[in-house]
Amino acid sequence: MTASAPVVVCDGVTKRYGDRLAVDHLDLAVPPGVCFGLLGPNGAGKTTALRMIYGVTRPSAGRVTVFGLDVARDTRQVRARLGVTLQENALVEALDAVENLRIFARYHRLPRAEAERRIEELLDFLELRSHAGLPVRALSGGFQRRLAIALSLVNRPELLILDEPTTGLDPAVRLALWERVRELRAGGTTVLLTTHYMDEAERLCDRLAILAAGRVVAEGTPAALIRERVGAQALELAVAPGDEARVLDGLDGVRRLRSGRRLVLYAADAAALLETLRARHAAGDPAAVVVRPANLEDVFLALTGTGLEHQP
Amino acid sequence: MSVSRYALSVWWRNFAMYRRTWKLNLLPNFFEPLLYLLSIGVGVGAYVTEMGGTSYVAFLAPGLVAVAAMNGASFEVTYNAFVRMNFEKTYAAMLTTPIQPDDVLAGEVLWAVTRASIYGGAFLVVLAAMGLAPLPAALWALPLLPLAGLLFAALGIAFSLRVPNIELLNFYFTLFLTPLFLFSDVFFPLQERLSGAWLWLAEALPLLHPVRLVRHAFRGEWSPILLWDLAYVLAVSAALLALAIRVSRRRLAA
Repeated sequence: MTASAPVVVCDGVTKRYGDRLAVDHLDLAVPPGVCFGLLGPNGAGKTTALRMIYGVTRPSAGRVTVFGLDVARDTRQVRARLGVTLQENALVEALDAVENLRIFARYHRLPRAEAERRIEELLDFLELRSHAGLPVRALSGGFQRRLAIALSLVNRPELLILDEPTTGLDPAVRLALWERVRELRAGGTTVLLTTHYMDEAERLCDRLAILAAGRVVAEGTPAALIRERVGAQALELAVAPGDEARVLDGLDGVRRLRSGRRLVLYAADAAALLETLRARHAAGDPAAVVVRPANLEDVFLALTGTGLEHQP
Repeated sequence: MSVSRYALSVWWRNFAMYRRTWKLNLLPNFFEPLLYLLSIGVGVGAYVTEMGGTSYVAFLAPGLVAVAAMNGASFEVTYNAFVRMNFEKTYAAMLTTPIQPDDVLAGEVLWAVTRASIYGGAFLVVLAAMGLAPLPAALWALPLLPLAGLLFAALGIAFSLRVPNIELLNFYFTLFLTPLFLFSDVFFPLQERLSGAWLWLAEALPLLHPVRLVRHAFRGEWSPILLWDLAYVLAVSAALLALAIRVSRRRLAA
């Protein structure tokens, strides 16, 4: 494996549960040393894809390679070199943080002295030391989440997989966790994460893949995805669906997105577009007008839809 | 089957937790056979002149040792394993590390065997203190405790890996373990109450075999039928564990 070879390669990976296709010919390559985001609506196949990458689930078809090793064949070797933080914390709640870390060190069969050294490091790295001796069940959601991430770092993984790492956490804890992820990446760890927070993906990830119905529908850097898929700026208007034709009259090329009564138009210069619309009294309620930079959420909604009817 | 030393990591996780909570866990299980011993053995036993050639309480005591081992193993592989698998996501976390489904199963069974030995052993100590465990013969019961534990670990895990919700585990206790407890030579010699084909059919009862083994150990007696008891325990355990491996691979690695 050369230094620039991808850490994770999914090659035509498919997972079928009965009649349901959870992942459909997924092709993915995660380069080393980056933070790679896997986005997609609920049920898009993100967690199933991760489960195949760390080898707990076998693909129905296709092949997953991690560190150049076939995950299905060399499962133990691959897992010894990666760490996974699951969506739900799996902590022993009656035990304290140090005891939980020791249990995970045992899972990896680390020598005891080495385990104790790493536990000390992780208590500092994830700021667990102040409550390290209290039963986990007595501690806050933020502490429990930090501990769950610490558990997945106990084997000093080359690849860290985070399944919705910051769901349900307060802003301060999220910021702190992002900083830790950046530090890990700076130290050479490759990070693969799923998230529903577009701000998280935009700020943290070097590259993204957006999944819908088990397939990659877009891939690239956050900036490139925004530029290519929607444009630089967004103009939000309050326009009833019946008035939409009048608003868009003569604006054929403009990308748009509707969510209820709100219509979002994308353009290189949203202010100029607004002037055009105002000139023909087609901008709707003036108080509801918003001009803002386009963001990843716009890309996400453009690609995966705003309706709920397709979500299982 | 690819069981490895990682099974010991699974065992150690349960041990680390038990070490913290053993007082809460041990006491109820400790009292249960003791209460039966006092009520049925000493209380009812006062009206029974003899059973199976001994005093009633002496007849009952070794059976309750086997029951303690059965209960120790059974709770572990049913309720506790179900919670670890479905609620605490313990197995999901283990399977993000080099631990494989076979290691999880092996570690859980090993732990259930350990609990069976702790419970059976603790009750044996109580019996010895009450003068109801003839020493040193009763020490032969010690190696039988893990065997009884293995049998009920295999039975329980094969069942609880298949049930979709925790309420169904009640069936296992009320429709399987409780009848076994009542009709497996613990309270009266089943062989003296049955005849013909029923006598053969009774040999299918799993608890019967550990009870007969422990009772013979207490009496310091050997009988060829004990070979059948040992063979039954080992063969049924092996068959059920083979089944459990298949189910656990499917459940844990779906």
